[in-house]
Amino acid sequence: MPTPTDPSPAGATTVSEATTPVIEFRDVEKRFGSNVVLKDLNFTVERGERVTLIGPSGSGKTTILRLVMTLEELTDGYIFIDGEPLTHEQRAGRRVPVSKKRQKQLRTRIGMVFQQFNLFPNMTVLENIIEAPIHVLGRPKAEAIAKAHDLLEQVGLSDKADAHPTSLSGGQQQRVAIARALAMDPEILLLDEVTSALDPEVVGEVLNILRRVAETTNVTMLIVTHEMGFARDVSHKVMMFDGGHVVESGPPEKIFTDPDHERTQAFLGAVLGDN
Amino acid sequence: MIQHVLRAADIEDPTLVDEEEVRESPFWDWEFAFHALPDMLMAFLKVTLVVTVVGTLIAAVLGLVIAILMRVLPRPLAWVVKWMANFIRMTPLVVQLIFMFWTFMWLDGMTIGIIVFGVHYATYMSEVYRAGIESVPKGQWEATTALSMSAARTWRRVVIPQALRSTVPSLGNYAISMFKDTPFLIVISVAEMVTVAGQIGAPTFRYTEVFVLAGLIFLAASYPTALLISRLEKRLAYAH
Repeated sequence: MPTPTDPSPAGATTVSEATTPVIEFRDVEKRFGSNVVLKDLNFTVERGERVTLIGPSGSGKTTILRLVMTLEELTDGYIFIDGEPLTHEQRAGRRVPVSKKRQKQLRTRIGMVFQQFNLFPNMTVLENIIEAPIHVLGRPKAEAIAKAHDLLEQVGLSDKADAHPTSLSGGQQQRVAIARALAMDPEILLLDEVTSALDPEVVGEVLNILRRVAETTNVTMLIVTHEMGFARDVSHKVMMFDGGHVVESGPPEKIFTDPDHERTQAFLGAVLGDN
Repeated sequence: MIQHVLRAADIEDPTLVDEEEVRESPFWDWEFAFHALPDMLMAFLKVTLVVTVVGTLIAAVLGLVIAILMRVLPRPLAWVVKWMANFIRMTPLVVQLIFMFWTFMWLDGMTIGIIVFGVHYATYMSEVYRAGIESVPKGQWEATTALSMSAARTWRRVVIPQALRSTVPSLGNYAISMFKDTPFLIVISVAEMVTVAGQIGAPTFRYTEVFVLAGLIFLAASYPTALLISRLEKRLAYAH
């Protein structure tokens, strides 16, 4: 992993010089039947950049993460990961799907943490973490196990390696899920409302772990969250969505204190309450 | 193969049975019951149990294969598999036994019995597996995509283990059901336990002992099996 980035919110300064964006959305459209969720969506995420997507529910934020993870198929347009087409490419003027093999190879660079954790209940915590590093990345078992113990220590669950997920609390399960995603050494980490299913008192511990991940690595993060404090602390850029469009985007200190757009003001007024 | 069980005949010459004697004989004759028991147990071990155990193994494996094929094959092929399974499930077991017996005459009755029971029950078990597979939450599949797990690995390590957990009781019930269907083997002249019981009773018209024994032997095998299944079910539940 390259050098750690500046943990301060004014992180835009530490983002490496614009080379190839890590993620690029080009004219992306996503429809569910006749319901257009995303339309003509264009944006890029630079290497090491941490971008938070905010906006009312149904605005398509989660869909964006799911498109990057290939859990949904986009109806039109292109997504590039490290400059390479993830789902479709243009060949001889036509939009054609990329090979499964190429897609899989790109996908191994992307990790995701889900709202509902989605740990495998039939495996122990350790087995959950080492499954993909061993069988997808082909790492030696001993190495994968050592790394898993290391990650479990980082998320404060060293003593739970042999536990089954069902015996853990929601907060603990989500910490395991974070360790599982990090075990793949992803370039891109997608965080999909990772604290929404948690009891309020354990939200803090999960966010603190993610803050530490942000401070100590330069993994690119695409975050959907309702935790505005967390978004403000870790993001380099905040993108406000509404109706499938980017209403405005900018550094968090700008968006959270002095948003240009009326829609953003209204949304933040509603979610931040009296703050 | 177990034709020699007609040994019951050597109690006495069966043609000399005195009608008076039959009418006045006790309702339950212990001596006769003990006499019949060894042959019946032998038939039970050599035929009933073998057909049930091997048939269940075939059904359990083939049923899973059918359920997976219906999920992974392209539409038209999955449809073909589905309707072949439907056809077998919707036609009587006895008809299948007779059809197979007279179509594949070079195969012995036991082999036919095992194949027909295995395939017939596989089509039932495939439905159980299908329900089990559908009960695996979508989030589990999504997690395997997020980890780039291969399809084979996803099935083997995530979907099948979780699907099986909820299927054990139903699969076990089908195994017991198959066990209780083994007397149908009589239609293809395989001497399983109930056939043998009939053969032993025939010369003297004493059927009470042999069929009560047959019932008890079935019960003695079914009940512990049901207990075993419920224990297995508990063991498969996730550790806490």
